[in-house]
Amino acid sequence: MANSILLIAEAHEGKLKKATLSALAAAREIAVRTSGNVVGLIAGHGIDGAAKELAAHGVRVLAADSAAFAHVLAETYGQLAAEAAKKTEATYVVAAATSIGKDVMPRVAARLGAGVASDVIGLSGEGATVHFRRAMWAGNAIATVEVTTPVKCVTVRATEFAAASAATGGSVEAFSFTPSAAKTKFVEFVPVKSARPELTEARAVVSGGRGTKGDFTLIEQLADELGAAVGASRAVVDAGWQPNDLQVGQTGKVVAPQLYIAIGISGAIQHLAGMKGSKTIVAINKDADAPIFQVADYGLVADLFKVVPELIAEIHKAKV
Amino acid sequence: MKILVTVKRVEDYESKIKVKPDKSWIVTEGVNCRANPFDEIAVEEALRLRDAAMPSEVVIVSCGSAAAATEIRSALAMGADRGVLVKFDGAGPQSLDPDAAARLLQKVIEKEKPDLVLMGKQAVDDDSNVTGQLLAEYLGWGQATFASKRESLESEEEKAKKPGIAIEGGTAKVWREVDGGLERLEVALPAIVTVDLRLNVPRYASLPNIMKAKKKPIDELSPVALGVDTTAKVRVLSVEAPPARAGGQKVPDVATLVQKLKTEAKVI
Ligand SMILES: Cc1cc2nc3c(=O)[nH]c(=O)nc-3n(C[C@H](O)[C@H](O)[C@H](O)COP(=O)(O)OP(=O)(O)OC[C@H]3O[C@@H](n4cnc5c(N)ncnc54)[C@H](O)[C@@H]3O)c2cc1C
Ligand SMILES: Nc1ncnc2c1ncn2[C@@H]1O[C@H](COP(=O)(O)O)[C@@H](O)[C@H]1O
Repeated sequence: MANSILLIAEAHEGKLKKATLSALAAAREIAVRTSGNVVGLIAGHGIDGAAKELAAHGVRVLAADSAAFAHVLAETYGQLAAEAAKKTEATYVVAAATSIGKDVMPRVAARLGAGVASDVIGLSGEGATVHFRRAMWAGNAIATVEVTTPVKCVTVRATEFAAASAATGGSVEAFSFTPSAAKTKFVEFVPVKSARPELTEARAVVSGGRGTKGDFTLIEQLADELGAAVGASRAVVDAGWQPNDLQVGQTGKVVAPQLYIAIGISGAIQHLAGMKGSKTIVAINKDADAPIFQVADYGLVADLFKVVPELIAEIHKAKV
Repeated sequence: MKILVTVKRVEDYESKIKVKPDKSWIVTEGVNCRANPFDEIAVEEALRLRDAAMPSEVVIVSCGSAAAATEIRSALAMGADRGVLVKFDGAGPQSLDPDAAARLLQKVIEKEKPDLVLMGKQAVDDDSNVTGQLLAEYLGWGQATFASKRESLESEEEKAKKPGIAIEGGTAKVWREVDGGLERLEVALPAIVTVDLRLNVPRYASLPNIMKAKKKPIDELSPVALGVDTTAKVRVLSVEAPPARAGGQKVPDVATLVQKLKTEAKVI
C-alpha cells in the first residue's frame, strides 16, 4: 500500500461535497504522475451515503463513522487524517480549500512534518516531480512552489479542477480511530438559508456592491431569472447588508462561473481575485472609469436602478 | 490576562504589485510596506479584551527584517504594551515560509506563556492561511480560525467597541465564518484564534499614543537564539504575472447586452 495519495473528503448533510470531487481530480493527477493510488478518508456521523458516493469514483474509501466526528474540529480531524496518512504510507495529502480544508490541513501537515501548499490552482513540474501553482498578493502574481518535505500536503481551489468522473474499482472500509480529547467544543451552527444555487458551484453568479445601497431586490430578481447564485463585495458584507458567506474575493469565496454579473461593484483587486476566472464577465456601473470594466467582457455604463429592471425583462423575453 | 498578537510586515495592498522580469519575485523597490490588515484587526481585538480585563498585557511579535520594527511600533501606537522582534534577514524567495514562522512563534510563545494568541487568518502577501493552524498543532493547543462578529461592523455593538470574542471561565467563545454560515466554538485557553475581516474596525493611533509608543520596549531575538532551523518547507521557485483578461468592451444599452450574451457569449 506504499505511495498513496490520501484525499480528505467532505460530507455535508450526508452527501459528498462537490469540491471534494475537484480535489479528487487533483489527487488523481498526482497519482498518475507518481505511480500512486488515491485513498479517500471520510469522517463524520452517518456518512455511509457519502462514502459510497466517493467509492463510486473508483476510490478505496476509509470511513471513520463515529459520534466523535459529528462536528468538524480541526484538532480531532487533524489527528485522524495524520493517522490515516501514516497507515496508508501517504506521500501526498490532498483536500479542497474549503473552510474545513483550510482549518484542518495545516494541523495534519504539522503532525506529519510536512509542508503545505494552500489554495493550489494547478500542478506543474515534470513527471514524478510535482510542483504547485498558487496565487499570491491577491492574485497579482502566480507562484510556482515546491514542497521540500517527504510528505506533501495540498489544498486545492475547487474552481480550477474539473470534478472527477465516476469510475469502477472503489470500495468502502471502516476506519476506527479514537482521537485524544479536544480542547475545542462545538457550540452551534447558524446556517445561511437560501433556495438559490451555492455560490461556488453555480453556473451563473449575480453580485452586488455598495452601489446597490443595500437593496438587493434587483440583484435577487435578476439571479432568479438566470437561475444564478447571489454574491457580494466586501463593502456589502461589512455593512451587514448580506451574510459573510456571500463575499466574493481574495479573502472570501473564489468563483468561476460561465457568467458573472457585477452590479455596482468598483472592481478592487481583492474582489477581482475572486471572480477573474469567470468565463464571461458583465459589469454594470455608473462610473465609466471603474476598474471592473478592465476585466469585463461586456460593460454597461449606467445607473443600476434604471437598467437592471430592463435587463430582467429582456432576459425574460430572450428565454421564451 | 496576557495576549500575544502576531504582526507580519507585508506589501501595502494599495500598491501596484508587478512581477520581476527574471520571475524570481515581485518588484519591491518603491512598494510601501505596512502591517498585514488582518493583524491590525487582531491587535484591535486584543486591546478591547485587555481593557475589559485589567490588569492585562498585549505583546506584539513579528518575525522578519529589522524594518518590521516599524509595524511593531505601529501596533504599540495603537495601544499595545511591548514588542518582540525575531530578526531574520532573508528577503524575496529567501523570506520565512509560514512553517518556519510558526516554529519561531512557537518558541516565543513557550517563553512568554500567553493565555491567548491572536493572529490574522491570512497574510496578504503569500495568502497562505496556514500559520495559525500550524502553530496551534505545534503547541498542542485548540484553535478557532476565521473569528468574526455576529453583528455587523455598523452595529451598536461595534460602535461601542465591544470585543467580538468572549472570554469566560478559562475559555474563548468565538463566532467563525465558515462555508454556509457562522459557527460558534468554545476553546479552552490557552488557544490560538485567527481573525477574519468582520471581527472589528481597527482604531487609528492618536498622536499622544504615537509619542508614547516610542518609549515602549521592543526585545530582539533571533532564530539561532530560539534554536529554530528556518529551512523552508515550501519554496517559491518562480512567480509570473497572472493571465491578462481582454476586457474593456462597452455596450450601449441593455438590448445590445442581452443580444451579445445570447449570440456571442452564448451564456443565456
Ligand atoms: C485585506 C483586504 C481584503 C479584502 N478582501 C475583499 C474580498 O474578498 N472581496 C471584496 O469584494 N473586497 C475585498 N476587499 C475590499 C476591496 O478593497 C474594496 O473595498 C471592495 O471590494 C469595494 O466594494 P464595492 O465595489 O462594493 O464598493 P465601492 O468600491 O464603493 O464601489 C461601489 C461602486 O458602485 C458604483 N455605483 C454607485 N451607485 C451606482 C448606481 N446607482 N448604479 C451603478 N453603479 C453605481 C460606483 O461607481 C462604484 O464603482 C478587501 C480589502 C482588504 C484591505
Ligand atoms: N513572519 C511573521 N511574523 C509575524 N506573524 C506572522 C508571520 N508570518 C505569518 N504570521 C501570522 O500568521 C498569519 C497568517 O499568515 P499566512 O499563514 O502566511 O497567511 C498572519 O496574519 C500573521 O498574523
